[in-house]
Amino acid sequence: MVGEIRVAINSDQDIVSARQKGRVVANELGFSSGDATLIATAISELARNIVSYAHKGLITIKKVNGHNREGIAVIAADEGPGIPDIRQALRDGFSTSGSLGLGLPGVRRLMDEFEITSQLGKGTTVAVKKWRQ
Amino acid sequence: MEVPILKQGAFLIATFQAALSDADLNQLRMGLVQQVVKFRSRAVIVDVTAMDVMDSFASRTLREIAHMIRLRGAETVIVGIQPEVAFAMVQLGLTLEGVATALDLEEGLAYLNEKFKVTN
Repeated sequence: MVGEIRVAINSDQDIVSARQKGRVVANELGFSSGDATLIATAISELARNIVSYAHKGLITIKKVNGHNREGIAVIAADEGPGIPDIRQALRDGFSTSGSLGLGLPGVRRLMDEFEITSQLGKGTTVAVKKWRQ
Repeated sequence: MEVPILKQGAFLIATFQAALSDADLNQLRMGLVQQVVKFRSRAVIVDVTAMDVMDSFASRTLREIAHMIRLRGAETVIVGIQPEVAFAMVQLGLTLEGVATALDLEEGLAYLNEKFKVTN
């Protein structure tokens, strides 16, 4: 099993490679193909947030162990402008970049666990997990 | 990455690949509309069978393509959305409202042939 995969996000092309790598890891961890699609879609949204708001950042994909279960963790970290109001950013339909504003609340629905930390002027980190059924 | 656009009588068929970047999608959006103008096409079938991820950007681009083509007086049919992709789209809250969809290329062509009563 792979240890940890890091994908530097600098352009829209990196969004594609991040989600492809995420699918490979999900498959290796034994996720169903349906779940692998959910994970790849979540990675695509997280990577796009990085490109849209912070221009560059890092996506880390790794295996996680819970109580009697295994899963996948995806961490999207950037040193961008940060999110002024996280609660608002997690509401459906909110966007400051002219996108659909479905990014973060959508990602939360696609995955099992969702954590976000953001500091104005310092950056944003979103960590999500999905457990294998 | 080039997206092949096939002319089939009064219709155009664009086949999307799995790994389209945002730039590819933007380029395709312009390309398709230009081809519709050039060939005076009645309809466009966008085949997304190979796409393994349809995120917010991709589905917004598809909606924009359909709206632009409608402004040209032609119709767009999206075909081949995979079941898993459809599930992820619903979870993400994405819709393709106002855009015709069909199971696959064959059904898409049947729908358009019926609608325009043309024989290709």
